[in-house]
Amino acid sequence: MIYLQILANGLALGGLYACIAVGFSLVWGVLNVINLLHGSMIVLGSYIALFAYTTFGIHPFLTVPIAGGIVFALTYALQRGIINRVIAAPVLMTLTLTFGLDLIFNNAMLTAFKADYRKLILENPLGSWSFSGVTLPVDRIAAMALAMLLTLMLFRLLKDSRIGRAIVAVRMDRDAAALMGVDVMKINAITFGIGGFMAGAAGCLLSIIFPISPLNSTVYLGKSFVVCVLGGLGSVPGAIVGGLALGIIESFGAFFLGPEHAVTLAFSLLIVFLIVRPTGLLGKKGYE
Amino acid sequence: MRDWLILGVGTLLFGLLALSGDTYLLRLGTMLAMYAVLAMSWNFIGGMTGYPSFATAAFFGLGAYTSAILQAAQMPMAVGWAAAGLVAGGFALLIGLPILRLKGHYFAIASLSIGEILREVVNTSEEITGGGMGMNLPLLRLPPEVQAQAFYLCMLGLAVLTTAVAILVHHGRLGFAFRCIEQNEDAATVLGVDTRTFKTAAFGLSAVFSGVAGAIYGNWVHYIEPLDVFDIMHSVKPLVMVLLGGLGTLFGPIFGAIVFLALEEAVWRNFLGVHAAVLGVLIVAMVLFLPRGLATSFEQIARRFRGKAA
Repeated sequence: MIYLQILANGLALGGLYACIAVGFSLVWGVLNVINLLHGSMIVLGSYIALFAYTTFGIHPFLTVPIAGGIVFALTYALQRGIINRVIAAPVLMTLTLTFGLDLIFNNAMLTAFKADYRKLILENPLGSWSFSGVTLPVDRIAAMALAMLLTLMLFRLLKDSRIGRAIVAVRMDRDAAALMGVDVMKINAITFGIGGFMAGAAGCLLSIIFPISPLNSTVYLGKSFVVCVLGGLGSVPGAIVGGLALGIIESFGAFFLGPEHAVTLAFSLLIVFLIVRPTGLLGKKGYE
Repeated sequence: MRDWLILGVGTLLFGLLALSGDTYLLRLGTMLAMYAVLAMSWNFIGGMTGYPSFATAAFFGLGAYTSAILQAAQMPMAVGWAAAGLVAGGFALLIGLPILRLKGHYFAIASLSIGEILREVVNTSEEITGGGMGMNLPLLRLPPEVQAQAFYLCMLGLAVLTTAVAILVHHGRLGFAFRCIEQNEDAATVLGVDTRTFKTAAFGLSAVFSGVAGAIYGNWVHYIEPLDVFDIMHSVKPLVMVLLGGLGTLFGPIFGAIVFLALEEAVWRNFLGVHAAVLGVLIVAMVLFLPRGLATSFEQIARRFRGKAA
């Protein structure tokens, strides 16, 4: 029975991980840029949720579109103004650039919000469900369900909308997409913005579960790396599979090896996957 | 020949600095020598060979802990330092074989993960490493000024050794192979360059001196902890220095280290609370406006002026 509980915890965690990583994965796949700002954008989303709740009493679930929108605008502007200038530069340049930008943002958040861990405590928690020995806090399940819903909405957006199909086209072949009349520069910025939206939204959902601090940004960034590599790059189903896999592996790893080895386990998996199966669980050949 | 002359004159000039008893100056000098070692080490793999490695912190920390653990077991300092280089180098060869098959972003992330894994392993092996409490290193029974001079000379010696190896590599077969891989790895393979061996050699070279630098650093500051020696900044700073100085050039990394240290010192003095952000602004400005390094940009500007005069 304990295993069922661990599995349930892992799945609940995994849904959130998928939402954390899907934007990062999309940006990496489409723009070929590793966005080291991603972790800080998630934390920014959490702070927006915290302030909306403490000053206006808005429930974090309702803040999702607001936080997502704010982070969308911010990341869209950053891409258009700065990152676009080096979009064709070697890996080293884009990595260094986003690292520098992250230093600026993280330091700004540290100055504005201080480094202490804060907690968003809901006044009316929804309690927990319990059936056949498995206990599930309802708030956590709701956050996970919302995370999955957002991720699926992104999936539909990519499949059904004009802009989504343009994004997929750029992901497949940038030059061919440009020849077909897709404005690649615009798609780059929109994709980056969507990555930001998902980060901000995920931050809102995480705010009711995890403590909030600028110091958490590297943790979220690390999770994004692992989920991307596990699931396969740049596709929504890949992020979902990778997120759920990481959630389950971490829960069981914490049970069998102890929670202090969670990071070692996750990163060791990452290296093994990179070497053995760089396309990820769901990836296609040549899509790594 | 000219390169050896530059190295000799540089060694002499920086060696004279040791005569000064000013501990602040000696501290800066030691930092500079350490940065030069890390930057030149990174240049072997990141600059010459073109693999964006983020593993410098891993080697630095591994060296620091190897030496600290040996010294805790009553081994002499010199043995600890030598072992640090060997362990870091050996580890790089071992881990390099699988991860150097990766390219671009994938290699960057894999190399970054190695430091994260090592840090967590050190953090959790409390019996050997003291975990998050860190480790104290034996104090030397010497007056502070003499200690400052001694550690400065040691770090400078390491920097000179690293530069000497860099000169040999740069003009030798090895450097030629590295540059072939950097330009076009597939073509190099087709022409008969054993890319796997040479890539691994470059990775190993980048680890040995970083490991010794970590060991000397440990004794210099008397105390190491996982968060300090495995800090990702130890991976990023050398890379920034090399970018500043000029990617894949011989003396560029040293030049970059001098400029970086001067900037860092100015920033620390004037903007303590927001030093990370100022550093971020510098990095962003460098990538946007000086993508090919200061030295190369100076050359371009000079050429433009000469062109106008003619």
